[in-house]
Amino acid sequence: MADSVAGAASDHDGPADPSRRDFIHIAAIAAAAGGVAAVAWPLVDQMNPSADTLALSSIEYDVSKVALGQEVTLLWRKQPLFVRHRTPKEIAEAVNVDISTLRDPQTDADRVKAGKSEWLIVVGVCTHLGCTPAFGEGPYGGYLCHCHGSVYDTSGRIRAGPAPKNLAVPDYTFLTDTHIKVG
Amino acid sequence: MSGPSSYEPGTAIERWLDARLPIIRFSVDLMDFPTPKNLNYWWTFGGILAFCLASQIVTGVILAMHFDPTGAGAFLSIEHIMRDVNYGWLIRYIHADGAFLFFLAVYIHMFRGLYYGSFKAPREVLWLIGCLIYLAMMATAFFGYVLRWGQMSFWGAKVITSLFGAIPFVGPSITTWLLGGFAVDSPTLNRFFSLHYLLPFVIAALVVLHIWALHVPGNSNPVGVNVKGKSDTVPFHPYYTVKDGFAIVLFMILMAVFVFYQPEAMMGADNNIPANPIVTPPHIVPEWYLLPYYAILRAIPNKLMGVMAMGGAIACIFALPWLDRTKVRSMRYRPQARIYFFFFCAACVILGFCGAHEVDDKVINGLAPITFLDADLNSYVWVSRLGALYYFAYFLVILPIVLPMTETPLPVPESISTPVLSHPAAAPAGAPAAPEKKG
Repeated sequence: MADSVAGAASDHDGPADPSRRDFIHIAAIAAAAGGVAAVAWPLVDQMNPSADTLALSSIEYDVSKVALGQEVTLLWRKQPLFVRHRTPKEIAEAVNVDISTLRDPQTDADRVKAGKSEWLIVVGVCTHLGCTPAFGEGPYGGYLCHCHGSVYDTSGRIRAGPAPKNLAVPDYTFLTDTHIKVG
Repeated sequence: MSGPSSYEPGTAIERWLDARLPIIRFSVDLMDFPTPKNLNYWWTFGGILAFCLASQIVTGVILAMHFDPTGAGAFLSIEHIMRDVNYGWLIRYIHADGAFLFFLAVYIHMFRGLYYGSFKAPREVLWLIGCLIYLAMMATAFFGYVLRWGQMSFWGAKVITSLFGAIPFVGPSITTWLLGGFAVDSPTLNRFFSLHYLLPFVIAALVVLHIWALHVPGNSNPVGVNVKGKSDTVPFHPYYTVKDGFAIVLFMILMAVFVFYQPEAMMGADNNIPANPIVTPPHIVPEWYLLPYYAILRAIPNKLMGVMAMGGAIACIFALPWLDRTKVRSMRYRPQARIYFFFFCAACVILGFCGAHEVDDKVINGLAPITFLDADLNSYVWVSRLGALYYFAYFLVILPIVLPMTETPLPVPESISTPVLSHPAAAPAGAPAAPEKKG
């Protein structure tokens, strides 16, 4: 009995059985790494939007206040939101585009609600570096971003300049015929 | 930090302290550090930068006592500092003007290193730490600029954080994480304030490493040859404490000119308008010290590529010790490299000039447009592109490939003392012009 205990002890410590010691090392390091990751995550995630910031995420608006051919800029999630009442000419220009020629191909129908094509609702943040594009300017009559010259059409699609994407269409629904809820 | 210590504790108390914490020995050795005797005034910018960092930290800590880091209060609290706080105007102007003078000094320091080959072996780590300090300075300056919470602060923050949106897949999440919301807002300002307070102390720690890495091989020098012995050096104190001190006084005069006579010369007027998340100012430009990078960003009509080119422009500076492998350090003895270097300086200035203009602006007014590919050749887009092309060519083609093949460096002196002694002014009347060459 004493012999076998002595033998077992040498198995634990000596080079005869290094795998047990390796296992302890790996287990200890893995536990420490897991612990560090568990502690680090709250330190990283605290930077993400807080609950009160997220709570501000939806607004309602009566679009009938926007006259034909005009646009209202709302503040949604602290960003400009364009509500544009498009003229039939502007709608026609937006529809009659060969989408295979676009940088970020999307039909006009995908960017407005069915039967509500006079209302273009987009986030007024240039997809290049975040400036607010100017209404009605540029060769396509949509928007022109003065910061770096990105040009959008009357559907808010990118047509020229450095921006990679179309102006973002937020999630929104028509609660009534003229009342929208964004977010 | 190198060589035997010359310190001998004079009193019992000094001996007692020296055995426990040899801080006096450390300071004495630091002041006694053997320094090449031929350092010119371009070498005083290290001391000037130490002064800049100290003055920014002192004024910054004071400003933080009066600043309100919230979206609603930041702009007003700075007006409060300017109007109500005793000497608040003075402290804020020293801080704000000190920031761009800090960059002026750091650019001179860096271009000095470029010209005299201070980055070459065995000083690569010294150079890399310097590059890290430069990066940390740019981050600190950006955070500080946002704290003003004017229109330029707000939209500058928006543009810079949008750069991270160019990263494929995770970009938008990273932007939201940085901002703490869906757009630049109070949480963004508050965290930028926290980081703006933190980073100067990170810089101070990096400066300690920078000086440590400097004191292992010792200073480089305008001739670029290694120190051969004691005859090539003088003690740091009093020789360079006095020379650096004199340069710092001149620098303080320049600072005073701005603080007292032109305090807002380098500040955009738009930044005196409170931040408005709906209205973008007609013309967004960064501070002048970031304009060359901004020009490179805008020269490329693709967001991701533009951001990568801008990052690459900074990466080139880091990689410099491995791009320029020529053994001769100083461009005094590199006639071709010197010409390319001056064109490089010009390219940086031209890029800065382009960054300050709108891309579609005409360089020469009244010319008919000559469209090449996607833009008018006479617009700042094309000038930016040519400038950026030279910038990258200098680092990636001229220094590593062209110069080693075409350039024959001039003979370098045997030691630091040789050109000093052979200078006509150094010879006593009637002595041969180059006595060391006679023997």
